[in-house]
Amino acid sequence: MNAFRGFVLKEFYHILRDRRTLVILFGMPVIQLVLFGFAIRNEVNDVRVLLVDPSGDYVTQAIKSEVLASPYFEGVGHQTREIGIERTFQKGRAKEAIIFEPDFAHRLAHEGVARVQVLTDASDPNTANTILAYTTSILQDYRRRLASGPPGGVRIVPEVRMRYNPELKSVFLFVPGLIALILMLVCALMTSITITREKETGTMEVLLVSPLKPAQIIVGKVIPYLVISLAIVSVILTLARAVFQVPMRGSLTLLMLECLLFIACALSLGILISTRSRTQQTAMMVSLSGLLLPTVILSGFIFPVSSMPVPLQMVSHIVPAKWFLIIVRGLMIKGVSFADIWQETLVLAGMTLFFLAVSVRNFNDRLA
Amino acid sequence: MDAVVVRDIAKSFGAVRAVVGVSFSVREGELFGFIGPDGAGKTTLFRMLVTLLLPDAGEAFVDGLHVVNDYRRLRPRLGYMPGRFSLYPDLSVEENLKFFASVFGTTVEENYDLVKGIYAPLEPFKDRAAGKLSGGMKQKLALSCALIHRPRVLFLDEPTTGVDAVSRQEFWEMLGRLKASGITIVVSTPYMDEARLCDRVALMQGGRLLSVDTPDRIEATYDRPLFAARGSDRYRLLKALRAYPHAFSVYAFGDSIHYTDARETADPDELRQYLRARGFEDAEVEPIRAGIEDVFMALMQAQEEAHDGHH
Repeated sequence: MNAFRGFVLKEFYHILRDRRTLVILFGMPVIQLVLFGFAIRNEVNDVRVLLVDPSGDYVTQAIKSEVLASPYFEGVGHQTREIGIERTFQKGRAKEAIIFEPDFAHRLAHEGVARVQVLTDASDPNTANTILAYTTSILQDYRRRLASGPPGGVRIVPEVRMRYNPELKSVFLFVPGLIALILMLVCALMTSITITREKETGTMEVLLVSPLKPAQIIVGKVIPYLVISLAIVSVILTLARAVFQVPMRGSLTLLMLECLLFIACALSLGILISTRSRTQQTAMMVSLSGLLLPTVILSGFIFPVSSMPVPLQMVSHIVPAKWFLIIVRGLMIKGVSFADIWQETLVLAGMTLFFLAVSVRNFNDRLA
Repeated sequence: MDAVVVRDIAKSFGAVRAVVGVSFSVREGELFGFIGPDGAGKTTLFRMLVTLLLPDAGEAFVDGLHVVNDYRRLRPRLGYMPGRFSLYPDLSVEENLKFFASVFGTTVEENYDLVKGIYAPLEPFKDRAAGKLSGGMKQKLALSCALIHRPRVLFLDEPTTGVDAVSRQEFWEMLGRLKASGITIVVSTPYMDEARLCDRVALMQGGRLLSVDTPDRIEATYDRPLFAARGSDRYRLLKALRAYPHAFSVYAFGDSIHYTDARETADPDELRQYLRARGFEDAEVEPIRAGIEDVFMALMQAQEEAHDGHH
């Protein structure tokens, strides 16, 4: 048998024999997708709201019924005096209090201005922001309808539409990030571990003495993980589409090619790590802290890059996943074409070449 | 032509001088042994010879090829079994053998005659994972894997460490048969008793070679009277012998104590009387022939004294 084919075959044996790792590799993306898709949501439902209405006139009645009619809110109390709100928040009985001014309708009719105070429980700032946005939009909606009756002065009416993801489904946001995360994990972590394992068991000594060339050893190590990665990407995409209706607006072929590029990038990082570490444990620690963490935190997977402080934004530029995310979100959600993402692709390709060059230079065909 | 020629080879790791100016040669078809304790520099020397480490100084040729300049051409001609049996524990016995055959561009069938004697006892377990084999069986499999491409020179780094006594003996018998098929074998071991099984041995300590010769001739270099002493209280006996005015060296050796006299000739009766006078009624003293270990200890002692003299 051909030496190289024998080597690749051996790598497949390793992977297939290690059932536990294989289950984790395929199970993890599915579990994460389900978690991100169902459990972790940015949208908010059934916000418990306390209504304080000392005025009780037709305007406040109308606004209150608008609020309670919305699926986002659930009334937990109604009172006419502004007391005990602090306790209600502390006990967690309400996330929001809407407090109307006394003589609300009267003031609105005669002074043209009436005030509503909106209190939210900002111990969870993201939820508080979302609640506030919902409430504001209901109030503005009402005001617009009031104003559209008799002709008044000049008005600017904003008409807001959320493009690409009108329902603000968070799973749209997470699927591309998840692909990046899983690919980093499988390619970089697994490759670095499998190469350092040969060093640890001493089999690398024999492989090096064999006629196999270093390039053949590296490529042979990488091929099985490439195949597995592509399989995992297909699983994620199929699930995302079938269960969560995540769209695929751009070219699927282009997406797969971009995935392939990112896989190559992650694999070369994995090789680079393995050339520098002596034990599997070191390789794992470096991969986890040096690759996974930035992929989760600095890529824009969960936290938007644009809201990071400038130094962190600079750091995010060297995180390959950041560029990959822009590409995947563009292709899947926005339906862009290659003309719109060629720059990001170029950055990713450049990084891959760089890592590959450095790791080939570092891979020694001797010990130490 | 000699199978291995080494001239003044040296290798340091930082401040540690692992191998210090070693020279020797191994004849074709010879079974050549390196004997020395852990840390003597055997593994480093082997790694330089199998092209895995670059020497700091000196040069070495294996099968006529330079270990640094011709390493690519040399590698296929080498068989190498590192200290830890380099097998894949998750692959079966047969898969391991097939893998190493394929990596060296050959097949198991092609060279089966060479490994048959070693591999045959493993045949019934060919589907078992290599990680689940006993130490002795792992050793046989590792040797089969190192041989499957029919190397010209075989390097075995401590192949019998961590293996039971019966397997060790079997292993040396296998090496004897391999030698008969014309393969040059260079083997290292920390076990002195294995030295006798080699054609020639090199005694190694502190990165230096103390002596290179046939086991018989090495033993014959021991020119002082040597006695084995036995008694009930070994520790006290050892101390009493060390206190004897003519003692040259005294050390525990298995269940007896080896005593070397500093004079040209010595009478065992004299020693017996000395011990009786000290209250060792049951002490036995008999003259013995020196073994490799005795020579090794004497050479080590001489080396240490020479070193102390330098400082």
